[in-house]
Amino acid sequence: MSDTNSEWPLWEVFVRSKAGLDHKHCGSLHAADARMAVQMARDVYTRRQEGSSVWVVRSDQIIASDPGDKDMYFDPAEDKVYRHPTFYKLPDSVDHM
Amino acid sequence: MYTQAMDTLREEGGQPVLRTAEEAALQQRFDQRIDAGDFIEAKDWMPENYRKTLLRQISQHAHSEIVGMLPEGNWITRAPTLKRKAILLAKVQDEGGHGLYLYAAAETLGTSRDQMLDALHTGKAKYSSIFNYPTLTWADVGAIGWLVDGAAIMNQVPICRCSYAPYARAMVRICREESFHQRQGYDSLLVMMKNGTEAQKAMVQDAVNRWWWPCLMMFGPPDDQSPNSAQGMRWGIKRVSNDTLRQKFVDAAAQQAAVLGVTFPDPDLRWNEESQHWDYGAIDWSEFWRVVGGDGPCNRERLADRVQAWEEGEWVREAALAHARKSELKEAA
Ligand SMILES: [Fe+2]
Ligand SMILES: [Fe+2]
Repeated sequence: MSDTNSEWPLWEVFVRSKAGLDHKHCGSLHAADARMAVQMARDVYTRRQEGSSVWVVRSDQIIASDPGDKDMYFDPAEDKVYRHPTFYKLPDSVDHM
Repeated sequence: MYTQAMDTLREEGGQPVLRTAEEAALQQRFDQRIDAGDFIEAKDWMPENYRKTLLRQISQHAHSEIVGMLPEGNWITRAPTLKRKAILLAKVQDEGGHGLYLYAAAETLGTSRDQMLDALHTGKAKYSSIFNYPTLTWADVGAIGWLVDGAAIMNQVPICRCSYAPYARAMVRICREESFHQRQGYDSLLVMMKNGTEAQKAMVQDAVNRWWWPCLMMFGPPDDQSPNSAQGMRWGIKRVSNDTLRQKFVDAAAQQAAVLGVTFPDPDLRWNEESQHWDYGAIDWSEFWRVVGGDGPCNRERLADRVQAWEEGEWVREAALAHARKSELKEAA
C-alpha cells in the first residue's frame, strides 16, 4: 500500500483570482495526469469563485533556489538603496516625478 | 533550549547523543529563528523531533477531516430539504478539501500520503475522538456544525500562526472556510427551535446533550496533564493552551445556547462575575481516554468505512495511472 510507484504524482497549483492579476501559488494535489490535475484544482481550490484560471505543474519539474544559499543569493541587494526612488531627495516642486 | 527534547528522543531510541559542530550550529540558528517568530519552510533545516511532532500533528489533523466526513455524510441522503442537502454536501466537500490541504502540508515533511493513509488504516495513526460518536438524528448534523466545528475553529485559529509555514498556510485557508460550517449548523438548529414542533425542539436538546461533553474533550487533556504542550509552545507549533481554548469555547457557546433556547447538560455551568467567565463542571476524562483508546461507540465502524473506501478505490487509482502512462508513451512516440 505504501509503494510510492502506485501513488499519483504531485502537482503544484497556481490560481489567477481575477482577470488582470498574476497566477499565484495556492497549494498542491495528487492527480494521475495533467487533465485530472486541472479538474481537481478547480474542485479543491476554487469552490468559492476564488479563481478565473488555473495552472498546474508537476512538482518534480520545479527548480528552486537552495535555502542554504539564501544569504549569499539575496543579501547583495540589501545595500543597494540607490535602486529605490526614495533614495533621491529632490526639491519639493519637482518631487512628484 | 530546544535541544533537550531532541536529545531525550535520541536517548529513548537507544542511540548515543552525537552531534557534530555543524549540527549544533544549525540547531542554534533554528532556535534563533523560532525565537524571532520566523517561519520555517519545508527545505529548511529542522530538528528531527520538530519534524516528527509536526508530522504526527498534521497527519492526525488530516485524518480527522477525512474521518469527520463520515458522521455527517450519514445524513446527506436524508436531509429534510433540498436546501439543507445542498448545504450539507458543500460542507462535507469542504472537509474533504481540508484533509487534502493538510496531507499536502504533511507531505512536505518527507512522508508520502499513501504512507500516512496506511498508518491510519492499520490503526497506528489517530484522528480526533469526536468522530467516534454517532449521528442519531437530523439535529446531530446541526449540533456538529455549531459545536464541533465551533470547537475546531477555536483550536485552529491559533495554528494559522504556527512556526511551520506550510501548515500555517493550510490553516489560513481552512479557517476561511470553517465559519460557514458553524453558522449553517446553528442556523439549522435555530429554525427547529423557532418553528419546530415540540418533538423537534426536544430532538435539538437531545443532540446538544449528547455532543456537549465530547466537544469539551476536543481541546485535549487539562494543561497540568499535557506534558508535550510546553515543547509545542516553545516550538511555536502550539500557541494557546488547552484549558484557555476550552474556556473561550464555553464562554462563546453559553451565550449562543441562550439565544437558541437550549441548555447544556452541566448543573455546574454558571457565570462567574469575578473571573468574568463561565464556570463548568468536571470533565469525565476516563471517557475521553476510552474513546481515544479505540473503545468509543463508532471507532470500529469509522475505520472499517475508511479502509473499505480505500480498497474499493484501488482499481480506479491503478486504472487512472495506467491510462496516464500509456498516453504519455503515445505522445512521446
Ligand atoms: Fe474542516
Ligand atoms: Fe468544518
